[in-house]
This record gives sequence, C-alpha cells and structure tokens, in this order.
Amino acid sequence: MTDLIALEGVTKTYAGITALDDVGFTIGAGEAVCLAGENGSGKSTLIKILAGVEQPDRAEIRFAGRLQGALNPRLSADAGVMVIFQDFSLFPNLTVAENIAFSAELGAHRRLFNRARVHEIARATLERVGVALDLNARVETLSVAHKQLVAICRALARDARLIIMDEPTTALTEREVRGLLGIIRRLKADGVAVLFVSHKLAEVLEVCEKVVVLRNGRKVAEGPATDFDAASLTRHMTGRDVAETPPDPLDPGAPLLMEVRGLTKPGAFSDVSFDLRAGEVLGISGLLGSGRTALAKALFGLVAPEGGMIRLAGQAVRLGDPLAAVRAGIGYVPEDRLTEGLFLTQSIARNVGIGRLAAHERAGFLDLPGLWGEATDWLTRLKVKAPSVDAPVRALSGGNQQRVVLARWLATSPRVLVLNGPSVGVDVGSKAEIHGIIRDLSATGLGVVVISDDLPELLATCHRLLVMRAGRITDEIMPAETDENDLAHRLAS
Amino acid sequence: MPKIDLARNEWLVALVIVAFCALAAVSDPRFLSIATLTDLLRGGIVLTIFAVGAMLVLVSGGIDVSFTAVAAFAMYVTAMALNAVAPWMPWWGALGLGMGIGAFLGSINGTLIALFRLPTLIVTLGTLSIFRGFMLTFVGQKQITTLPPGMREFGRMMVVRGTNADGSFYSLHAAFLVTVAVVVITWAILHRTMLGRTIFAIGGSVESARRIGVNVARTQFFVYVYVGVLAGLAGTIHASMARVANPFDLVGLELSVIAAVVLGGARLAGGYGTLTGTFLGVALIVLVRNSLIVIGIPNTWQSVTIGVLILLGTGLPAWQAKRAAARAA
Amino acid sequence: MHRFASPEARLAVIALTVFAVMAALSPDRFLSAQNMTSMAFQFPEFAILALAMTVTMLTGGIDLSVVGVANFTAVVAAMILTRFAGPDATGADAAMWIAAAVAASMVLGLVAGLFNGILVAVLGLPAILATLGSGLIFTGLAVALTGGSAVMGFPTAIAWLGNGTALGIPVPLILFAVLAALLALILSRTGFGLKVQMFGANPLAARFAAIDITGLLIRVYLLSGLLAAIAGLVVMSRANSAKADYGSSYLLLAVLIAVLGGVNPYGGYGKIIGVVLAVLSMQFLSSGLNMLSVSNFARELIWGVLLIFVMIINTRAAPQRRPKPKPEASR
Repeated sequence: MTDLIALEGVTKTYAGITALDDVGFTIGAGEAVCLAGENGSGKSTLIKILAGVEQPDRAEIRFAGRLQGALNPRLSADAGVMVIFQDFSLFPNLTVAENIAFSAELGAHRRLFNRARVHEIARATLERVGVALDLNARVETLSVAHKQLVAICRALARDARLIIMDEPTTALTEREVRGLLGIIRRLKADGVAVLFVSHKLAEVLEVCEKVVVLRNGRKVAEGPATDFDAASLTRHMTGRDVAETPPDPLDPGAPLLMEVRGLTKPGAFSDVSFDLRAGEVLGISGLLGSGRTALAKALFGLVAPEGGMIRLAGQAVRLGDPLAAVRAGIGYVPEDRLTEGLFLTQSIARNVGIGRLAAHERAGFLDLPGLWGEATDWLTRLKVKAPSVDAPVRALSGGNQQRVVLARWLATSPRVLVLNGPSVGVDVGSKAEIHGIIRDLSATGLGVVVISDDLPELLATCHRLLVMRAGRITDEIMPAETDENDLAHRLAS
Repeated sequence: MPKIDLARNEWLVALVIVAFCALAAVSDPRFLSIATLTDLLRGGIVLTIFAVGAMLVLVSGGIDVSFTAVAAFAMYVTAMALNAVAPWMPWWGALGLGMGIGAFLGSINGTLIALFRLPTLIVTLGTLSIFRGFMLTFVGQKQITTLPPGMREFGRMMVVRGTNADGSFYSLHAAFLVTVAVVVITWAILHRTMLGRTIFAIGGSVESARRIGVNVARTQFFVYVYVGVLAGLAGTIHASMARVANPFDLVGLELSVIAAVVLGGARLAGGYGTLTGTFLGVALIVLVRNSLIVIGIPNTWQSVTIGVLILLGTGLPAWQAKRAAARAA
Repeated sequence: MHRFASPEARLAVIALTVFAVMAALSPDRFLSAQNMTSMAFQFPEFAILALAMTVTMLTGGIDLSVVGVANFTAVVAAMILTRFAGPDATGADAAMWIAAAVAASMVLGLVAGLFNGILVAVLGLPAILATLGSGLIFTGLAVALTGGSAVMGFPTAIAWLGNGTALGIPVPLILFAVLAALLALILSRTGFGLKVQMFGANPLAARFAAIDITGLLIRVYLLSGLLAAIAGLVVMSRANSAKADYGSSYLLLAVLIAVLGGVNPYGGYGKIIGVVLAVLSMQFLSSGLNMLSVSNFARELIWGVLLIFVMIINTRAAPQRRPKPKPEASR
C-alpha cells in the first residue's frame, strides 16, 4: 500500500536561518499522526509547505505515491490536504451551511449559489461526523468547539484525505476534547488521515498511531504512539529533562496581603473567596469555561463582578475599574500577549514605560530620560535580549515579549501580580526562566496569582493551588500532596 | 413572520418611518397621497442606486467615497460626448455609455485597492479629488443645458402619469424601473451567485478567504467596478431627470448616502448589509429631506434631524453591543 | 525609530522638490514676497483643521465634524460680534466683545468635542459615524441659527486675526506655528500624547495596561473640537463673515493632508512634522500651479494624485503596516 503523503528531505531556510532541515515522514490513509514540537521547532513551516502556502528550498513531496512539483493552496486542496488553523479561518457572518460548503463549491468552480445544494452538502457532512448543528445559525454565535467542528466539516466537504489540525485542543474543554477524539475516530474509520500539530499532545496520543517530534527544524524522534507519554514527548521536544523543583516553602509568618470574598459574576463565577499572603504564589486552575479567565480579569477590574469584595492590605479595592486596581497595587499580565499585552508596533521602551507615565510627569511634561532609563533598567534586570530598546516589540521572541509585559508591571512596584497563562506560547527554555522570575519576585514579598492550565507549571511555581469548576472554587491543594495525574483528574471530574 | 427585533436597524428605521408618516398624516391629511409617494420615489431614485453600490462596498469590508465623483464625471462626459459625436444615440445607449465610463473609473479604484492593497478610504478619497479635478480641469466646468436627444428622451419617459382628485399632477419616472432592475440584479448577485457569497465572505474575514483559496483581488476588483457602473448609471439618470448636466452636482452627497446605508444596518467593519435595510435607510433620508416641514419642523432643521437620526440609528446598536460585551466578558 | 526612509523624510524631499520645481518654473513670481505672504495667509485655516484630524486619527478614529464645528462656533461668535458690538465698535467696547466672542467659540468648540467624545468613548459609536452625525448636527445648528445666510458686520479689529501681521509675519501663520508646535510637544512630551499613540497602536492592550480610555478619548475629541473652533475663528476673520457652509471642501482636504503627512488612518503612527510638511507641499503646489495659470480644479486633481502616489510609496516601503483587525461589534 502506498502512503497517502510521503515527505522526504524537506528543507527551508528564512534569511539564513534554517527552519526545517531534511525532515521526512509518511502518513498513511486513515492514520493519525502527532507532529510535536516547541514554538520555533519548524512545525508551522511544515504545515505551510504542505498547504502550499510556502515553498520549500528542497523537498520531495508525494501525494498517493505521485511526486509533486511546486505546490500552491489550490493544488494542495485538490489533493485533499486541508489545514484547520488555530483560528479556524471561518466566516463569522455566514451561516453554518455556507461555511461548510464554501470551499467545496469554490473547488467545484460553481458560479451560481444554490441554497438547497449548499444545505444538502452541509447536512451530509455533519451526518458523516455524527453531529447536529443548526445549519442556519451564524458562525459568530457558535461556541469554540462548534466552530472547530464547522472547520472540520468544511475540510471534509472538500474531500479531505488529510486534515492537518493546528493546536486543536488548546481552546477546548476536556469534554469537548473527548468529543473531538470521537469524531477523529470516525474519520479514521472513513479513511481520512489526521495530522495533529501541537506542543501539547498528551491528550490526543490515544487516537494516534504515530508520533513525529521536531526540534530546531530537525526530526529528533519518530515512532509508534504507544512508545510515547507526556514526559517522553517533553524530553524529545526540549532535548532535556525539565523537571523543575517546587518553590521554597512559604514563610509561615508571612502577612496577609489580599482578601477576596464572595466575588460573584453570574454566568462566569460565583462566590469566589481566597486569601493571598505576601510572598505567596497562588495557583488557580480550571478547564476552559471554568471561569478562571473571567476571575483573573475581575481581580484586575477588567470584568465588573456583581457582588463580593477585594481587599488589599485591609483596604477595599473598587471593583470593575482597572485604574483602581493599579492604584491599589495590582498588576495583570494577560493571557494573549499579542493582542492584549503588547503594543506590537511601538518600541520596547514605550511598552514598558506606558505603565509609569504618571510617575515621570513633572508639571504636565514627561521626564523622558528618567522614563526610558527606568524602562531600560527593568529590561536589563529581566534579561530581555533585544538589539535596542527603540526596536519595535514585535521583533522579539515570545519569551522576551513576555518579559517586556512583566517589566511594565514590575516597574510599577505592584504588591500583587496576576499572571494569566504566564508561559503560553513561550518555548521551554524561556518557560523555566519565567518560572525563575516568578520565584524571585515572590521571594521579595510580592503576592503572585498564577492562572494556568499548564499543570507542570503550576506544580513548579505555586505554594498553593485552587481548582475552579463551573465558576466555583472546588478544591484547595498543596502541590506536595498531588501530582500531574491527580491534578488533571481533579480539574475534570 | 420574523419577530420584531429592535436591536436590528431595519426594524428601528421602519418604525421611525411609520411614526414619521403617521405624524405627517395627522398634521396634513394630504400627505397620504399618490402624489407624495411618487415625489418621494422620484427623489429617491438616484440615492437608492448610489446606496445599493455603497452597501455592496461596505459588505465587502471596504468603503467608497468616490462614487459621487464617478457619477458626475460619467454624466458630464456622456452628455458632452454624445452631443459632440453621437447625437443619434438612443436613451439606452446614453445610459450604457454612462455605465461604461463608470466601470472604467471604478476599475481605477479596483486596481489601486486590489492590486496595490491600499486602504479603501484613502484610495477613494484620492480618486474623488482626481476624478472631479480631471473633469473640471480638462473636460469642462459649464453646465450642459442642451442634453443629447437620448438623455432628453429618457428624461421625459414616464411609467405612469395621472391627475389627482384635486387636480394636481403625478407621474412615475421610467428611471424607477431602472432602479428596480438594479435592486433585483444586485440581489441576485449577492444571494444567488458564488461571487456574491464571496463578497460577504471577504467582508467577514479577508484572511480566511485567502486561506481557502478565494481570489480576493478579483472579488474586490469586481466590487469597485460594479459600484462604478452603478454610479455612472445614477449620474446619467440624474442629469436626464434634471434636464441639465451640471458638473458641480452630486459630489458632497457621498457621506449622506453612506449614512443612509449604515442606518439600514450595514456595518462599517464589513460582512453585513441588506438591500431591505438600505432601501429603508434611503427612504428615511428622502422623507426627512422632502417632508420634514409637514410634521412641523422647519426645513432649516433638516440637517440637524438627519444628524440626530444617524446618531440614534448607529448609537443604539453600538450601545447595546457595548453593554452586551460588558456583561459577557 | 532611526529609520532612514521614514515617511517624514520622504515627505520633506517631496516638499522641497515641489518648492524647487515651482521656483524654477516661475522664479520671479513664485519666490516673490507677495506670493510668500499670500501663501502664509491661505493655508493656516485648513492646516489647523488637519491638526484636529491628526489628533483623532492617531487614536484610530476620525473627526468628520471639524468643519461643522468650525462653522457653528464661528456663527455664534459672529452673532455675538454683530448683535452686541457691530461694525462701528472700537476700543475697549470692541475688545470686550471680541474677547467674549472668541471665548464663546472656544467653549462651544470644547462642548462639541465633549459631545463627540461621549459618543465615541462612552456610547461606543464608531468615530466615523459619530462625527458624521454630529457634524451634520453642528452644521444644521449653524443653518438654523442663520437661516443659511452669512453673518457679517464685525468690529474691524477682529480682522487682525485672519488678515493682520505681527513683526511682518501673518498672524494666521503664527497661530498655526504655535498650535503645531504645542501639539508636537503634547504628543511627544506628555503622558497624554504617548497614551494617544499607544492607544492607537492597540486599543485592547491599552485597556489591559490600565489606561483610562474613556478619559483619553474624550480629551482627544475636546482637543479636536477646540482646534476646529480656532480654525473657524480664522476663517471668520479672513472672510469677515460667518456662514454655515464655509470651507465645505476643507473636510476631505484635512483628511487628505493628515494621511499625506504619514498619519496612519488606523491609528498608532503619525508626526506633526509630517502634517506640516504635507501642508507645505500642498500649498507650494497649489500656489505654483496658480502662477502657471492652471485652474483651481487642477489642484484637486494633483492633490489626489499626490495622495495616492505617497500611499503607494509608503506601503511599498513598509509592507508590514497593515490595518489592525477590526473590532468585532463595531458598526
């Protein structure tokens, strides 16, 4: 039997930097393959090459045994290679039926739009994956999991033979992941191959036949899925064991810093109460939809709770007002660095200095040398590697960008720092360094709240863990009393 | 029967129109007459054609402010060219020439936007100056009071003509049928062709469209050419009905037309817009322009009234969206 | 920020080239003192409007009401001057009423700006629609107040603002220079200015950085309203009258100048020096063409060509400067 897709010697360099170096593997019909790798390992480049968006420097790509020349999006799609991007690339203003049938109709070079035919295509495809959705619903009204489903159906409607899924599970709750796996099994039985591309693959391992691991553009491991587990995947992806040590124990006499009492926002979280002591790192975890992000935002005033209170060192903090939160000494590092955290086109120095404008204003005018000096100081202290502080912040790597956001808040000398997903999209090396920074900060008496679903991260950084489920805090755990499996179980059950 | 949803602009605008008409009918019973209706229809013809084009651009995620200059250019050059070289051209030839000129000017917008990927507002702002400047500098600045026979013929064409009970005349201009045709054709393009769905798709997300292999440049090019065609048509109709081609006419209307379209529910961000809404938006603007005095507001307050309507029509949904976002976050 | 080929550098080259070409084509007339003075009287009124436009564009907004605000505030000032002072007023009497009229117009400019600011910042209307609507309202109020006719008959002293000179320099030019310098200083040296640029670059990140967005936007539109009112006073003084529809072509001109000046209409980038250079290029061009007896309308044509030419060069030079994603719920 010939393989559905066979890659050999795929090499790609960008401006002298090798993104992919002689990578090759095969995918058979109906097979599910995990392509694992850190950010920057070359996996996105590989997807783009398969999708025909980028041209490799050198490669032998075979679809069903036939050697392909230069690919373009149309050719790849015609060969049945479909990519489901992380953002799904759907049309929010069109209906479910139209979204599903759009590519198929384009592929068939239709000129006229026939609503009945489009509905028929959509209905048949949804039936194939065994899910019912309202065909006339606008996609913008759907949940993330349903949007993903529409994206899968769109690929299927265009006769997908290989569906490439980019980070398919990051936005899904555990239950939704299970639903997705069920659909994947059906597809495999149908002969459709699936390539999962992710840096968090443990949850999809069970439906995969094969695992390929990339590191720095090279294939470093390949084998049957049964040979891998979460720990060995991480080891291959990073090239070292990153077993981090738990934090030093908290001083039992550490004073109370922040009290949260009965914080409630209908539909997001209810009756959330906890204490945070000076120097303590408190982890809050929960699945997507558990209300953890809304709670994180509420601590910083970005979301207005309808009831409850937050007291900092005995003083009540006005709710629902970020300015009041900052005045009280609360800082917030958002989850989505690129859209929420950074001003990408602005300079690194400005991205840090924006938090300290008021402090450097004299008679209405800014003391610019003082402002930039302070910003540069913090960038040095956090070891941000940048050609110049005047360079736009978008030129930095993920890890360095995260440090810029941290620097902005540290410059304001906060008393409590809320970190939402502190190492999302950061490579493993920088991750350990960011954990080191968290540790150093807490040692100075700063209270830190880490909100994350990265369980090893929580275990490595936190003194105490709170588990959220359906908007409530359901569990309080000491990291010493638990491990990753136990924690995962408590989050989901 | 769709349920009445006040968050949707169509319903809001329809209610305001009904309220306006009710008030007008109470203060002047003669308001509810065929004569008023035909007057309003006549006043709305050019605006409706413009608005249909403006709506299409908004749906595609762009904005066009140059269409009035295209219209003025097309009508003036058509009148001048026909007078000079082809006075025998029948009315449909005149409209065709106007549309052809509009298509050519639209293709300039289309090239700059689709090929050079420049922001639509800036491009059309620039071409607004260019088209108008070119016409007034190189073509002419004088009104053409003697229109070519084809345009004169079209100017006199009526579908219905009659006398009211009180002896006043009413008539429905043939251009009304052209407008109906424009609406029907545009509806068919938007809802019955893949091209139309693609226009909605790129308005919803250009990036998604590119990724699934939509030829975005070609679609955008079509949109701006089509708007050019509609503008050329509207311009030629305007001159025919006014029986004069004044190169200084029309330019300045562009923002009011876009306002009417947005009142009807089209979103500046792209992807949303309906012909019904567009029609209602235009109807409201025409009503205010023609009949404000009937409900006891002096005509000097016209512009204030339209401004208030725009702020209400866009403010209510914006405010609701903002509150919903605050609740959801 | 040490980019060699910044939009401003390119614009400086354009301005100098236009100046040189015009000077070469008709040296004795273009370079004459008389031409220089007349240029200096002509451009400040719309250049000030372009400054107002620039401030709002930096936040990713736009102010389509500037001309409406200018005319409305000027009409009110004019009514104060004609009702209470009249053409024959002189000395302390005239001075008092002129002060009152100027104060009234500036206060109204601020009120108009506050209105726009509330629409945009508190109610969440897209700036383009909010100011389109409010612009119609302000113009409409001016029409309603005057019935559409011009208001005239001012004390002669008010003419100084638009037609006078100080130390041989035209007063409107001085006014524009002072306003431009102040604005440049505000944008680069105050927290407000920096926040305006940062907000324009990424409004969401600004919210997450705990910037008082409502206050910021309201101040931006207040500033734009105030600048519009000042422009209105200059127009009134130069025309020696006020009318609801003066300077209607200035609206698009102001947008054009701002964009030509390198201001990113999606927010986040723009420099006052660029806007000044754009104004100068436009003025050199139109005066020069005037000398060559090219029609007024050819200027419009050339402005448009210049705008698109500069946009093509700017996007070629910086292809990454794409519009940022649109907010979900905006209309």
